[in-house]
Amino acid sequence: MCEVETKPLVDSVESLTKEAEILKKKLDAERVKLNDVTLFDSTERAETMAYMSIKPRRTLKGHQAKVLCSDWSPDKRHIVSSSQDGKMIIWDAFTTNKEHAVTMPTTWVMACAYAPSGNLVACGGLDNKVTVYPLTMEEDVTVKKKTVGTHASYMSCCLFPNSDQQILTGSGDSTCALWDVESGQLLQSFHGHSADVMSIDLAPSETGNTFVSGSCDKMVLIWDMRSGQCVQSFEGHDSDVNAVKFHPSGDAVGTGSDDATCRLFDLRADREIGMYGRGNLIFGINSVDFSVSGRLLFAGYNDYTVNTWDILKNNRVSLLYGHENRVSCVQVSPDGTALSTGSWDCTIRVWA
Amino acid sequence: MVTMNSEKVAAKRKPESNNESCLETSIDEEPLHHPTSCEDAPNLLLYRKMEKIVERMQDENTGVPVKTVKSFMSKIPSVFTGSDLIVWMIKNLDVDDQQEALHLAHLMAAHGYFFPIDDHMLTVKNDNTFYRFQTPYFWPSNCWEPENTDYAVYLCKRTMQNKTRLELADYEAENLARLQKMFSRKWEFIFMQAEAQSKVDKKRDKLERKVLDSQERAFWDVHRPMPGCVNTTEIDIKKACQMNKPIHGVKSLTIEPRKMSPSTSGIESNVSTETLKRQIDALKARLGRRNIKVSKAAESLVAYYEQYLEYDAFFVAPEYPNPWISDNPELWEQEKMAKDISARRVKRWAFSLKELLQDPIGREHFIKFLDKEFSGENLKFWEAVQQLKSFPQSEVQNKVTEIWAEFLAPDASCPINVDCQSYEVTKKNMESLDRWSFDCSAAHVYHLMKSDSYSRYLRSDMYKDFLNGSKKKTSVKGIRSIVSFTARKDNIT
Repeated sequence: MCEVETKPLVDSVESLTKEAEILKKKLDAERVKLNDVTLFDSTERAETMAYMSIKPRRTLKGHQAKVLCSDWSPDKRHIVSSSQDGKMIIWDAFTTNKEHAVTMPTTWVMACAYAPSGNLVACGGLDNKVTVYPLTMEEDVTVKKKTVGTHASYMSCCLFPNSDQQILTGSGDSTCALWDVESGQLLQSFHGHSADVMSIDLAPSETGNTFVSGSCDKMVLIWDMRSGQCVQSFEGHDSDVNAVKFHPSGDAVGTGSDDATCRLFDLRADREIGMYGRGNLIFGINSVDFSVSGRLLFAGYNDYTVNTWDILKNNRVSLLYGHENRVSCVQVSPDGTALSTGSWDCTIRVWA
Repeated sequence: MVTMNSEKVAAKRKPESNNESCLETSIDEEPLHHPTSCEDAPNLLLYRKMEKIVERMQDENTGVPVKTVKSFMSKIPSVFTGSDLIVWMIKNLDVDDQQEALHLAHLMAAHGYFFPIDDHMLTVKNDNTFYRFQTPYFWPSNCWEPENTDYAVYLCKRTMQNKTRLELADYEAENLARLQKMFSRKWEFIFMQAEAQSKVDKKRDKLERKVLDSQERAFWDVHRPMPGCVNTTEIDIKKACQMNKPIHGVKSLTIEPRKMSPSTSGIESNVSTETLKRQIDALKARLGRRNIKVSKAAESLVAYYEQYLEYDAFFVAPEYPNPWISDNPELWEQEKMAKDISARRVKRWAFSLKELLQDPIGREHFIKFLDKEFSGENLKFWEAVQQLKSFPQSEVQNKVTEIWAEFLAPDASCPINVDCQSYEVTKKNMESLDRWSFDCSAAHVYHLMKSDSYSRYLRSDMYKDFLNGSKKKTSVKGIRSIVSFTARKDNIT
């Protein structure tokens, strides 16, 4: 009896597998057709760049342990940073003064983010939670803190999608989630990765309804926030994808991975169009960000440096030395005038 | 090949219970280390790459020249100089300059692949300092997670050997004292082990011992680095958490050939048919997409760069000195004051409707234009829908009803025109009120604005005058009257 029942199933598995393979071949054929040139061959129009002179301008000292994450305030001069010692610090990066130092109930605060209004920050990490802190000058900010969401594993990344009222998080439980700040309600969860989500970024479109995630399953997925569905996926990296960032045009995504390469995936071409790496660059990448024009991709490496890639030409146009341990986060300031970098050496630096 | 002591290996294999309290350095590390399989170790990928380079460096003919150097009374076996190493790296590796070669050399030393023969600080200088290669036995890829007891035995052993080169450094002596306190109950055992090891060492050839002693020291310099040095064996907490999970790395998107075998049980094939079906759907969706050629994608990236080049501070200096370079926040203050609006800012409004609406002054100006045309309702509707997304969940239902009543209901106070398809979709959405209810209509309206009002705005005298005015910086008065910052907050997308 058992055999009778399983047989059609087995058949269907086989036929389905065949179907999948036929589809894959078709897809490959389609892709070959569209892969008419390489990105780097078709960008002669843009002039080759000279080596850039980017210098350290500020060093923010005050964390007692590894800086794990930082985020620029919309006011273009404040930075929130979080650290392994369970501290979150709000800096006026311009003057290098600390304005708030918040002690979290947990160590390893892996992620922090400024709300669009600049009046609220969110953070979390090994406590699996995302907590918001309203920033007021009068009192201790911990008084009004509020836990918004809880994951089944550590929270690796978070951001406010266009509003102080919602938080989007990525987690070690391999999901992303959208939370309502006021009620703590889970508005939407995003299932599709098969390993830890390391990084997320919101699409810079006018509606802001899509976001990208990178994961330890080596995949980069594009999500529709409304439906919770994955709408596009990119493979190519040989190891964990630690960083994802939308190109400012919203048409492409830059990524960084433990395989020591950065890549550029184009949404409209539905494929990888650029890979940035070198033989002697053997360390993993933790964080990436684009300059305003989208031509420069800054990448923070485990070798204590930041490499700047000209994505149109595949040239490295600067190499920033200074940090004394792994670079954990890099971010271009909202007006594009500076680059912030956080490191395991306990410091945050601002470059311009 | 060097064998450390068999006890050590045995001790390493035993999953010894965590020692009561550990040394400063290991307090943080201990929970991160665990004895699971080596293959998944996050640092392994890196170790393998470094080892490939080290193997090339050690090639007898093409590698870094290793020699035995004679000094006053003795010989220094198997060493190379820092400058030889850097010369080799510049010649053989894809590095830009000496600085990059030195940096990579420093990192490889910090990981313990080679080390200065008499310094605890694992770094490389481009001079005649002598360095020695580490034996593969001590490479970090062997997943050493040495215990504090091993460290205690090692330090204890060093005190037994009456040689200046084996004398403990200050921090090592402090560590030893601390360990002795910590392991006071089993110190006798540690002492005996150290004694046994020391005896074995003494039997070795003199030069061989010199090499072995230094390699063992370098091993501990990696795993118990001297204060102020980076511990390179530390694992990213996220990766460590991942390793602790029972199941990981299961990929749903690849076809596993095993699943096709007819021997799979009913449940398994059920699961795999489902995954296969999902996979087929995903593939079909991918095939159904209309994709552009790479040349087109490249072209649009170049075009975007050309358009925004002027606004990228890493390429073109901003109108006012970059605050980070000049220490002068004038740029930000000027922006807030909105007095003389620069032509380059106004020019940006023409890039896209999004750019125009993102700039509070641009938005105000556009609203004025729409009011003149009596077509302000489209923008109002679109903004209301965008705002809807930023309301707390508790207010969403009310707001949805409000928007419907204001713009779409038959007796709407501010009616908008949408195509009947969008209208029907929206009407249906009104059965379940959520923040996305109006997305379809909003998309339609946005498209209308973009292709109609926005393009007329760009051609209008109003925009041209503003652009010219800002160029000459004459019509300041006129601009001031438009400026209002009330809507700034809602406008950042």
